[in-house]
Amino acid sequence: MTSRTEALQTFKREGRIVIVGASLAGLRAAESLRDEGFTGSLTVIGDEKGEPYDRPPLSKQVLTGWVPAEATTLPRRREVDAQWLLGVPASGLDVAAGLVRLADGREVPYDRVLIATGVRARPWPHEAEAALDGVFVVRTREDAAGLRQRLADGPDRVLIIGAGFTGSEIASICRERDIPVTVAELGPGPLVGALGAMIGEIASEMQRAHGVDLRTGVKVTSLEGDEQGRLRRAHLSDGSTVDADVAVVALGGIRNTEWLQGSGLAVGPWGIAADSGCRAMDLNGLITDDVFVAGDVARCPHPVYEYRFISLEHWVNAVEQAEIAAHNMVHLQADRWPHLTIPSFWSIQFGVNIKSVGVPTFADEVVITQGSVAERRFVATYGYQGRVTAAVTFNNAKWLDHYRKLIETAAPFPPPCPTPDQPVDAKPVPVDFPGPMLLAQGATVVVTGHDPDERRVTAARP
Amino acid sequence: MRVVVDLSRCQGYAQCAFLAPDAFRMHGEEALMYDPSPDDAQREQVLRAAAACPVQAILVDRLEGRDAAAEAMRS
Ligand SMILES: Cc1cc2nc3c(=O)[nH]c(=O)nc-3n(C[C@H](O)[C@H](O)[C@H](O)COP(=O)(O)OP(=O)(O)OC[C@H]3O[C@@H](n4cnc5c(N)ncnc54)[C@H](O)[C@@H]3O)c2cc1C
Ligand code: SF4
Repeated sequence: MTSRTEALQTFKREGRIVIVGASLAGLRAAESLRDEGFTGSLTVIGDEKGEPYDRPPLSKQVLTGWVPAEATTLPRRREVDAQWLLGVPASGLDVAAGLVRLADGREVPYDRVLIATGVRARPWPHEAEAALDGVFVVRTREDAAGLRQRLADGPDRVLIIGAGFTGSEIASICRERDIPVTVAELGPGPLVGALGAMIGEIASEMQRAHGVDLRTGVKVTSLEGDEQGRLRRAHLSDGSTVDADVAVVALGGIRNTEWLQGSGLAVGPWGIAADSGCRAMDLNGLITDDVFVAGDVARCPHPVYEYRFISLEHWVNAVEQAEIAAHNMVHLQADRWPHLTIPSFWSIQFGVNIKSVGVPTFADEVVITQGSVAERRFVATYGYQGRVTAAVTFNNAKWLDHYRKLIETAAPFPPPCPTPDQPVDAKPVPVDFPGPMLLAQGATVVVTGHDPDERRVTAARP
Repeated sequence: MRVVVDLSRCQGYAQCAFLAPDAFRMHGEEALMYDPSPDDAQREQVLRAAAACPVQAILVDRLEGRDAAAEAMRS
């Protein structure tokens, strides 16, 4: 045995691994580490109280009223024999000393650490308005429990601020429960930021056909409460107002990276940069040895997409990265795995199963390749410079694997229709995404020094 | 009992909804909605549904000894 192999065996036997973030990625990584034969000490740190739970049902089964919010605790694949430190946030990472600092002053030493701190809901920017009774975000079990109760009480009108996936799913549930709902979206239509203008138009029609009062191209400028501090009304940028007693702020997420400021890792509002094997990068863009990242907080390059760094807030991405990170934490470089799966996502709204494979934002054209838009059963395929890069299905999930293979093999775009139901509108159109919002955030680092041995990056706060 | 379905893998074949209709329901043509903590009385049905899923998308808690059978079926 080489000394490296010996050191690895010792580490697998008696090493210390700490996982920060006790949700989907954290739990699955803990289970996978044990599957991989890690018998050393395992500590899982999480700021939420209680066992890891699943989030997708929170905007679906829970809000329809079918299941309570407390019912989504994740099943266990196996015993993990870990020490769970729950209800306390990690407040810092000292990479040189190999320590995770907790907000209550404790320090937890590690040999290897996995960061899986995910995302939190972007709050309504005006604090006093956000505190009004009736204003919700949906990210945690508690959030969903509160909103579920409100919907059961039969509100006069629900206002959804932001028509991404979560906002659209909640609008759909309101209509299912016969609750009047207004959706306010700054873009030209629902889902446009993720799936482009063509799907946005289809989603707009779908929402309106189900009785949603959809307002696009508008911003909610303020929320107004009554004397008891209950939400009463919202003011919109077009001068109109919406009377509503419930508002759901669905403006996306903020990555939980603040606790890593000063850690020397490549962290920012876009997440934590890592390689395709989930190993974190430092500020200089160099790969580190003992820090790994998985799930919503990670930002990794994907070879199929020109090695660009991509952050994905998708369930299956968290599961897979957790497994890759766990494997790589207990293997030598030569045996490590890259995460090369083509991204995939699902959403359920207005009775339609929407699924995607690939990265729809990595495209310049889109075309309906099979099925019928009018019947809400079709596949839209996305292409970039003549190759297939993504596909979105509406009630056509059985075809996803076919399109996954097209993406994996860089098949020419537009691809032929694989079935006899050749769509009428098979002409590619520009994909049309709103501009990249992150460009507005300013510098995150500055470079100093002249010679290669002294040139370094330091963090800059915009 | 605890259940999670990998819906990115699920292809909406509805076998589960047929075998354990109280825990798994189709929503529209092919979207699956499920109860993540079905009643213990449904255990047999849910395990049968998990075993029958053609893409093995249904994960049932393995910590309770009674799930050993499902585990054997799935591996
Ligand atoms: C309402 C809703 C619906 C969704 N629907 C879908 C869907 O239909 N399809 C799909 O593919 N995906 C969906 N998702 C996304 C999916 O749930 C996420 O991709 C998944 O939860 C990511 O898991 P994670 O473990 O990486 O992060 P998270 O689940 O965000 O977990 C991170 C954990 O770390 C904790 N934490 C943060 N900071 C600290 C700290 N400093 N110290 C300790 N702990 C910390 C957090 O509190 C949290 O518990 C949905 C998400 C939501 C909220
Ligand atoms: S049997 Fe499997 S594939 Fe079919 S609907 Fe149920 S979970 Fe999905």
